Amino acid sequence: MDNLKNFESVKKMVRHEKIHLTGGGILGADGKIKKKEIFISGKKIISINDGDNYPNDFIPDLTLDAKNKIISRGFVDCSVKFRELIKNSNTDLEQELNAVAAGGVTNFVCQPDINFPIDKPGLVKMLINRIQRYRKANIHPLGALTKNLRGEQISEMAKLNDAGCMAFTQSNFPISDTLVLFKALQYASTFDFPVWLSPSEPFLGLGGVVHSGKCSTRLGLKGIPVESESISIMTILELARKLDVRIHFCRISSSRGVDLIRQAKSEGLRVTADVCVYHLHLTENDIGDFDTNFKVFPPFRSVRDREALTKGLIDGTIDCICSDHLPVEDDAKNLPFTDAEAGLIGVEFLLPLTLKWAKENGVELKKALSFLTVKPLHLLDVNLDDIQVGNTANICIFDPTKTWIVNSSNLSTKAKNSPFFGYELEGRVFATIVNGVFTYQEKI
Amino acid sequence: MLRHIQLDSSGKLKHLLSIEGVPKSVISDILERTNDFLDFGSKISIRNTSSLAGKSIFNIFFENSTRTSTTFEIAAKRLSADVINLNVNNSSTSKGESLLDTIDNLVAMQADMFVIRHSRSGAPVLIAKHINKVAPHIHIMNAGDGSHAHPTQALLDMYTIKYFKGEISNLIVAIIGDIEHSRVARSDIQALSILGAPEIRVIGPSTLLPDEINDLGVHAYSDIKMGLKDVDVVIVLRLQDERMSSPHLPSKQEYHQLFGLNQKTLSFAKSDAIVLHPGPMNRGVEIDSTVSESSSSVILKQVTFGIAVRMALMDLLGNG
Repeated sequence: MDNLKNFESVKKMVRHEKIHLTGGGILGADGKIKKKEIFISGKKIISINDGDNYPNDFIPDLTLDAKNKIISRGFVDCSVKFRELIKNSNTDLEQELNAVAAGGVTNFVCQPDINFPIDKPGLVKMLINRIQRYRKANIHPLGALTKNLRGEQISEMAKLNDAGCMAFTQSNFPISDTLVLFKALQYASTFDFPVWLSPSEPFLGLGGVVHSGKCSTRLGLKGIPVESESISIMTILELARKLDVRIHFCRISSSRGVDLIRQAKSEGLRVTADVCVYHLHLTENDIGDFDTNFKVFPPFRSVRDREALTKGLIDGTIDCICSDHLPVEDDAKNLPFTDAEAGLIGVEFLLPLTLKWAKENGVELKKALSFLTVKPLHLLDVNLDDIQVGNTANICIFDPTKTWIVNSSNLSTKAKNSPFFGYELEGRVFATIVNGVFTYQEKI
Repeated sequence: MLRHIQLDSSGKLKHLLSIEGVPKSVISDILERTNDFLDFGSKISIRNTSSLAGKSIFNIFFENSTRTSTTFEIAAKRLSADVINLNVNNSSTSKGESLLDTIDNLVAMQADMFVIRHSRSGAPVLIAKHINKVAPHIHIMNAGDGSHAHPTQALLDMYTIKYFKGEISNLIVAIIGDIEHSRVARSDIQALSILGAPEIRVIGPSTLLPDEINDLGVHAYSDIKMGLKDVDVVIVLRLQDERMSSPHLPSKQEYHQLFGLNQKTLSFAKSDAIVLHPGPMNRGVEIDSTVSESSSSVILKQVTFGIAVRMALMDLLGNG
């Protein structure tokens, strides 16, 4: 309780800057970029105009030259993970939150930590406080669907929701007892709490580390078949038909998965889905010679699956794109493939990889950005806060054409677990504003 | 990929991690050189040399196998190399030391070659990538990693087949057993494919045949009679005990009934077909004694040739 009191007094001390964003372009409803001057004061956008009309008595504390940049609603990442969240030093957490801000992300959904299932209201408050202290991004924590994520007893969802959990999940620990899954969904539906599930049949893919296919056969690695995802989706959908519960499928990886969700949506079921941005680019073939920088869950699957994910995004079956960011130390990756930890950093690649995907698939910029802004915000049931007068300023300013080589010196994260090191990417975040305050500015 | 890790910039073999990524010319060269280490008198025997005198070879076995480590030890000693045997799974790894830390410690002990066996697919590849950075003078030989590869076994199998049956490009070869979990099967298939075998077959229950086996250029059979028709070479794989009590198989008796190689099932193959087995055999499960002790069996020759092939390989790596 003392910590909460201190936090409140710190909050009052922070001065919200008066900011003038000049020369930047906003994407209009017609998809065209229009140059606008934006004025922010006391957390809110107070004026947007063509530069001919300064707001009265506005003396900016900071004028940012956003020439040739696009000014967008800040990005919303549906999956960011921090390992050992509470145990880690503050430096590590601050670095990762810097990475979130550097990714242009103003709102993110946090999975319950592996060591630390968020199944008690006190833990939710501790998590929120710990993150909010840095004022780098707005956190939307997911609560554990079952106590300790053990899949046996449902958690106190109402209390967790009071404490700040917007939805409930089992993270990567599927429930093997269908009765428990049914009751958990039924209980959540009582309060219309959404349930976020990573579809994974608990036995079919057990011990698997890659997609079950050409690559697993060649490398002699245990595979996770597509059926692990599809059977889990089918089970969940069948229960959802009975219960009218809101289901969000996390990280779809297969063509079959996309088909099932498409069909469910056409039936009118309240189902949504996301995809990790890496799965739009990489397949099982990229694993090559046991490179653990390609070890993720769900695994990268076939070319056909990747194409289906693209089609699913374009036709609205999949709602949004996330980074599924997870920093993993070198020691946990420099192991034989089976023993290495799964997961990749990605929040700072969310924008350039989304833009790359959009360019390769003929998706226009406005639609591409919607997968990072409008659509995920809709899932979170929070205010859109798009760039309009009177709204809270949650903004990402980015250069869509800037090319940069990925290396440790130009990333805010200290982790290196990504296959894109050394690659040239196009599109870079220039600055991020959260609740009217700069959380990131690119060092030039 | 694997080619770049195994070969140096001039195309010479630096490490042997898998058959995949090794050019045909290198495989043919190793098989050719094997002849130098055999005396073909009334009895075939190993020819000793001092070509690796003064060199140190460490057998680093993270997974137990006295049989395989002994073969490598004999091969190394016949070349006059010094051999150290390290059974790592009982020592530092169980104390929490990482694989690469263990390797770094061994690098400091000044070896010329590491022979590595590990239970995890890809472990020798990880080690070789690390060695290329920290101690590029050390050569790595994969003595078997998980279900991925057993390249020296494949080389000795190819030598054995060529010795008894001539050019592999004229032969139909069948492999019977648990292909799904077998590193021997994967390496044999790759070697047979590179050496131009016109048809490679795998025979076993569908629970033990990987889904994508056709992508490896192989025909799958669940009927031993059809699978062995017109076959020149039969490679029988050992069925591991743990497989019998897994969801893959109902019992060893049923496996033996359907897929065991006995006089009757062997007769489905060509009359002059030869039988190989990487050993050790589970008599009465995948193979009967009537076959393993018959004139069709070349299993004991595999052991002799195995020493010579490994000598040829060590000589190639150690002397350039």
